[in-house]
Amino acid sequence: MKRKTTARPAIEGIVKAQTGIQGLDELTFGGLPRGMATLVCGGAGSGKTLLGAEFLTRGATQFDEPGVLITFEENEKEMARNVASLGFDLNDLVDRKRLVIDYVHVERSEAPIAGDWNLEGLFVRMAHAIDSIGAKRVVLDTIEALFAGLNDSTILRTELHRLFRWLKEKGVTAVITAERGDGKMTRQGLEEYVSDCVIMLDHRVHDQVATRRMRIVKYRGSRHGADEYPFLVGANGLSVLPITSMGLTHIASDDRISSGVPRLDNMLGGQGYYRGSSVLVSGTAGTGKTSLAAHLADAACRRGERCLYFLFEESPSQYLRNMRSIGLDLAPWVDQGLLKFHAARPNLYGLEAHLMTMHQLTEQFAPQVVVMDPVTNLITVGTVNEVKSLLVRLIDFFKMRQITAFFTSLTSGGQVEESTDIGISSLMDTWLSLRDHENNGERNRLIYVLKSRGMAHSNQVREFRLTGHGIDLIDVYVGQGRVLTGTARLAQEQREKEETFERHHEYVRKAQEQESKGHLLRAQITALQQELESTVADRKRLEAQENSRQQMRAQIENEMARLRQIDRPGDASHQNQAR
Amino acid sequence: MMPSTTTARPTKKAAKATATPEEYLLRLYVAGTTQQSTRAILNIQQICEEHLNGRYHLEVIDIYQRPQLARDEQIVAVPTLVKKLPAPLRRVIGSFSDAERVLVGLDLRPNGAP
Repeated sequence: MKRKTTARPAIEGIVKAQTGIQGLDELTFGGLPRGMATLVCGGAGSGKTLLGAEFLTRGATQFDEPGVLITFEENEKEMARNVASLGFDLNDLVDRKRLVIDYVHVERSEAPIAGDWNLEGLFVRMAHAIDSIGAKRVVLDTIEALFAGLNDSTILRTELHRLFRWLKEKGVTAVITAERGDGKMTRQGLEEYVSDCVIMLDHRVHDQVATRRMRIVKYRGSRHGADEYPFLVGANGLSVLPITSMGLTHIASDDRISSGVPRLDNMLGGQGYYRGSSVLVSGTAGTGKTSLAAHLADAACRRGERCLYFLFEESPSQYLRNMRSIGLDLAPWVDQGLLKFHAARPNLYGLEAHLMTMHQLTEQFAPQVVVMDPVTNLITVGTVNEVKSLLVRLIDFFKMRQITAFFTSLTSGGQVEESTDIGISSLMDTWLSLRDHENNGERNRLIYVLKSRGMAHSNQVREFRLTGHGIDLIDVYVGQGRVLTGTARLAQEQREKEETFERHHEYVRKAQEQESKGHLLRAQITALQQELESTVADRKRLEAQENSRQQMRAQIENEMARLRQIDRPGDASHQNQAR
Repeated sequence: MMPSTTTARPTKKAAKATATPEEYLLRLYVAGTTQQSTRAILNIQQICEEHLNGRYHLEVIDIYQRPQLARDEQIVAVPTLVKKLPAPLRRVIGSFSDAERVLVGLDLRPNGAP
């Protein structure tokens, strides 16, 4: 069998024998005390015999420990038939010499007792059975039947005492089942003899839902889970659920997986969810939770991973049809065995049974992604606390197996946005919120990441649209203190576009205007420059004229002076001064 | 089924069928040669001699030697005396120190009668 229990080594010095029963080894931190006797008590139909039978079967098949079943109430045939429903083939084990079944039949008050006696007959039969196959495990079911047939309880008690001692000497790990008594653990007070380990089984009906529970009353020299743990008798034997006590020891992966919606991946730090994380998407009816889950499933299958999808509201075919309407055809994944649906109405059976089914399916299918849609429906079968505890156990269970778990949660309208029906958000690593935004006579969907542990996620709201080709995330209009979606967003965007266009136009116009003004100025500058140049030229010409005129004048004066023969320096200077 | 008992101790094969209407076939299962076993054998022999003189056959079987027989014959407590014949099959448990109870158990005496 593929199932390998992850039993921890007993640190207390007690050597333990793994039962192989799902959950029980975790609960007992390794199994039952090896070489000692364990008392399993419970009422009729509480599963004592099945526990014993599974202990032997698993011992013989998984741990190479052949076993002996001493049955006092059912004969070999009945026994084999009864446990066949758990998938155990006792006859096969008997044929392969891995198991001996001895039906010890004691008729009620049949034999009169005349004088002293002992149980050596039983001893001999047990010894014979044990030695014939080298048995390591023995189950006595239910030894109290002896009290009915041998009504000399003084000797019987002494003999039982001797029997349990003898079993210990034999070194076999024994399970002794006993009927529950009024006010005491067992009807015949067997707990006085067998006190190393006592397990109590219970079968209660609450709200018409039957639940089996197990409690380890005592376990000498070993720690053990102390609560009552639900267990189920399923197609693979018993399953106990001690999950809560497992602690937070899972390894967190750095691996990221796509949500199936690229824009959403962007919002989640660009890479999507963490592998093995728990994701909650909450929202009112019709906000698209299921569609979001479908995208995740689709993305997982595309990667070649397996996805297990629990449907609590729809049938698989209805679901497939609905998802086709948004362009997601998941049917091929189902055909390829990558996608598996489990659809069940929550009130079909009790919470524990649900939990068990989920466990078993998960064990069998070994998915990388699990979806529960919607997890809030489970509340119809349990109280808030019960559902929460179920989810804690589930999430732990998934995390231990690095399974990404996706839960959808239906919030009823008018509820405070950031609270889920069952207060499970604190258990979640990533919480997406989908909600309706009603405005201008239309409802639009919004999505935002309320939290996402360990990643830089977007704090912005996106408009969430379901189209014929899947989910589309669109930036909403955020501005002027408003958030607009849908047609309002479109209208606003249009308005903005127009405004932008106009502004651009205006700019172009002004630019042209200024351009031409520049041209003009430049022309003016050129003109002025030319003017300046000509002015300068004029002045130069003028200057030249003046100079030449003066020269000429001086020449003329000189000429005239020469002509007049006046050569009186005094006169000349006087004359010049006077002019 | 008539197991041929190798350990059966030949007891008084006395006085043939003659006029006696019923032949008693008794089997005594004991565990080893303990004091208890010996006492049981002696007690039962004495009772048989007294009340079934000559019309009984007693086999003594040691379950240590024949554990499979203990299983087949549904022996739980020892000593157990099984009356195979005449029908109906009866069992008596103990070392047979209480002869009256043995007789009642073997239908040799109506219940409660002295």
